[in-house]
Amino acid sequence: MTRRGVLGTGIALTVLRGPEAMAKEHVPPSPASPGATANPAPIDVGMTVNGERHDLRFDSRTTLLDALRDHLGLTGTKKGCDHGQCGACTVLVDGVRRNACLNLAVACDGQEIVTIEGLGDEQKLHPMQAAFVAHDGFQCGYCTPGQICSAVGMLAEIKRGLPSAATSDLTVTSMQVAEAEIRERMSGNICRCAAYPNIVAAILEAAEKASG
Amino acid sequence: MRAFTYERPADAGAALQAIARPGAKYIAGGTNLLDLMKVEVETPAHLVDVSRLPLAQIDETENGGLRIGATVTNSDLAAHRLVRERYPMLARALLNGASGQLRNQATTAGNLLQRTRCYYFYDTSKPCNKRTPGSGCSALNGYNRIHAVLGASDACIATHPSDMAVAMTAFDAEVETQTAGRGSRQIKLADLHRLPGTTPQTETALESGELITAVRLPPPPAGGQVYRKVRDRASYDFALVSVAALIDIDGDRIRAARIALGGVAHKPWRALDAERTLVGKPANANAFAAAGAAAMAGARGYGHNDFKIALASRTVARALADAARQQKG
Repeated sequence: MTRRGVLGTGIALTVLRGPEAMAKEHVPPSPASPGATANPAPIDVGMTVNGERHDLRFDSRTTLLDALRDHLGLTGTKKGCDHGQCGACTVLVDGVRRNACLNLAVACDGQEIVTIEGLGDEQKLHPMQAAFVAHDGFQCGYCTPGQICSAVGMLAEIKRGLPSAATSDLTVTSMQVAEAEIRERMSGNICRCAAYPNIVAAILEAAEKASG
Repeated sequence: MRAFTYERPADAGAALQAIARPGAKYIAGGTNLLDLMKVEVETPAHLVDVSRLPLAQIDETENGGLRIGATVTNSDLAAHRLVRERYPMLARALLNGASGQLRNQATTAGNLLQRTRCYYFYDTSKPCNKRTPGSGCSALNGYNRIHAVLGASDACIATHPSDMAVAMTAFDAEVETQTAGRGSRQIKLADLHRLPGTTPQTETALESGELITAVRLPPPPAGGQVYRKVRDRASYDFALVSVAALIDIDGDRIRAARIALGGVAHKPWRALDAERTLVGKPANANAFAAAGAAAMAGARGYGHNDFKIALASRTVARALADAARQQKG
């Protein structure tokens, strides 16, 4: 049995038993029970993940990262520091890259999330995934899903004309995807193996292919 | 993380009612608050999510200034055409803060109200007067390389970590707020944050439940504007020292100048005395160095951070020189 298989079984049990168990110790919704925080009522959240609509119920403390991994079994999104410092949990929220660990799942109600699993799969890699493979843009691979999601979001930001600290002329809204821009804009994704040169090369190639 | 209840009111009026619940706190981007909740430095009993209130607009004001909604993200603010054209120093400050992911989420008001990154404030096993009033300051005689050299007290030597607020302070920004039953008011940004004194746990002039709804920038002053940040890493790091410098030169003489510093005090630090030393002087290296010295005249180091005094002084001089060069074009 694979590790993913083990995780999947556990999650299935949670999903099946969760609502039933929670209903027994149901606490009235927040507005009706001020101060009743010892065991606050779970909150219903609807979110679209990789194109699929999910109606879920979360303890208010659940982060988007834990919701993806532990509730939906999408373990491609990694937990590195869990403090927004490493970028391993980067996902796209309504098309914009964010750290999943710094978002509450309950605050994502109605939002569209795209994770590494939603970008591509083994049969059909996203161009950014293919470029990372072609350029060996990783060593251990732990930061890679975050790097790839971040890179996809980052190129979209350049396309929208968003400046960065590396942009010399702020009035220019059509900047080049240059190495200096990539390094600055990707600084929120740390690679413990220091595969940075290959990561930059992969992103440059993906950007060239996308524009050409 | 401690348990909390959560609600997302539909409008500012409902948010102002919701915040009256015991232990309630506003959350918008949450990049700092949620992080602090994980380590239980922040333990709100109730979260009032204001991230979807209709406060995300940027509008030009009648007098040629800018009104920035409280929930405008740092990314959107830095990318706004009028900010890039008229307040490039603010765009630079924003783009030199945090990471792309964080800037996409962090809001304007949240940036102003973020807490210090003092390691002892984060470490609940250590005394900290800001976190636990009366318990003592661990930084005072501890490792204090990132700490304040201006306006600190024996109770607290923490710094305010924002870059954005430093630039806004130099632009004479004002903060618009609302309070339930008391209506709205405007607070000068220079008066929003407090020095630590004997009560470092009280960080701002905001009253309980007061909601920041916007930041107002006056029309941009004439001349060059530069934000210069010195840090340990080239990107994605807090300032050891940062300087927002505005200078307006008429011929060879300085007509006006403004200087604000980050990373050196419990609040964005406006160096008014240093600004005065520049007016009427020739725009040269001597005047800029004198202004740098004046800015740090009252500074005091605590050991590991002694280097910040000379560093800040030189960074002021360099930022002024760069701003002067920028104006000449």
